[in-house]
Amino acid sequence: MKTKDKKIRGLSLQVIPYSEVQTLSISERVKKILSLVLSNKIVLLHGRLRAEEEARLIEDTMALVDHIKNFKGIELAVIEPDLKDSSMLSKMKYGIAKRLVGDSSALTVIGPASIIKEIKRDPKKIELLLND
Amino acid sequence: MFKRIIKFSGKLLNRMFRKKISIKIGFYGPPNAGKTSIANKICKDWTGEEIGVVSRIPHETRHVQFKEKVEINFKGKTLTFKMVDTPGIATKIDYEDFLHYGVKKSEAKKRAKEATQGIIESIQWLDDMDAVVVVLDASENPYSQVNITIIGNLVARKIPILIVANKIDLRKADIKKIQAAFPEYKVVGISAKEGTNLDGFYAELFELAKRT
Repeated sequence: MKTKDKKIRGLSLQVIPYSEVQTLSISERVKKILSLVLSNKIVLLHGRLRAEEEARLIEDTMALVDHIKNFKGIELAVIEPDLKDSSMLSKMKYGIAKRLVGDSSALTVIGPASIIKEIKRDPKKIELLLND
Repeated sequence: MFKRIIKFSGKLLNRMFRKKISIKIGFYGPPNAGKTSIANKICKDWTGEEIGVVSRIPHETRHVQFKEKVEINFKGKTLTFKMVDTPGIATKIDYEDFLHYGVKKSEAKKRAKEATQGIIESIQWLDDMDAVVVVLDASENPYSQVNITIIGNLVARKIPILIVANKIDLRKADIKKIQAAFPEYKVVGISAKEGTNLDGFYAELFELAKRT
C-alpha cells in the first residue's frame, strides 16, 4: 500500500517584542508586520494591535492581495490572558499594568494565509493549522 | 476627523430638535453569514424591494449597497432607516476557493479582485454608521479574529451594536456559544431564510435605534 509522505517544510517564526513596535505609528507598525508576512514568516507580536490598527492591517492586506501575485492574505489571532475567573485584585493589577506599559500580556499571531490554513480559537486553546 | 465632527453635530442637532430623519444601520460581519439575506427580508417586508443578490458562493456582495427610507412600523412605533449592506470582511481571499463552487477561473479571479476592494470599502464605511447589526452565522465558531476586529472597531467609534445570530434553523446552530463569546452585547437569534424570530429582531432593532 502506498502512503503519501507528509513533509514538514521549514517554518520561520519571528518574535517582535512589544518595545520594538511601541513607538511606531499605525502605518509603520502595519508595514513592519506585512513586510515580515510577505517574506513568509509567522509573526509573534508581544501585545496586541488596537482595533483600528487591526482594521488597517486588513485594509492594507487586501490592497496587497490585489497587487502581489500568490499573496492570498493573512491569518490573524490574538491570545489574551483569561481573566474571567480571576480575583478582582488580579484584574486590577492587570488593568494598571496595561495602562502603564501597554497591553504586552497578549500575544498576536499573524501569518501568511499560504502557510497558515486556519487559526482555530476557542476560549481555552488556539490551534494553528498549516497548509500542506 | 472632519467626518466625525459633522456626524457629532448631526447627532446633537437631532437630539436637540427630537427629529430623527433616518437612522443609518449597517449590516456587518464575515462572508456568508447572511447579511444580505437579513437586509433583503427587511427591505422586502417594508418597501417591497430587495437590496441585493444572495448566493451560496462567498463574497457575493462586493460593493456596499443601500436602501434609503425604509420605514418600519413595529408595535405602533414607526422609525425610518437607511439600510446599508456591506461586503463580508475577511483577512484572506483566494480565487481558487471560488472554483469549488463551479465558478470559471477568469470569473473567480475577477470575483477575488472585487472582493478585496469590497472589504476595504466595508471598513471605510464604518465611520458613517449610526448603529450596526453584526451578523454572525450561528453554526460557525464565533471566536474568529474578524468578528473581534469588527466589534472592536465599532466600540472604538462608539457605534451601538446588535449581534444577530443568523441561521438558527441549522442543526449545528449554537446561539449560546455566540452569547458566551460576546457577553457584553445583546444577541438575537433569527433565521432570515425561514423568517424565524423576526419580531424579536425588530424589537431589538428599535432598542438599538434608541441608542443612536
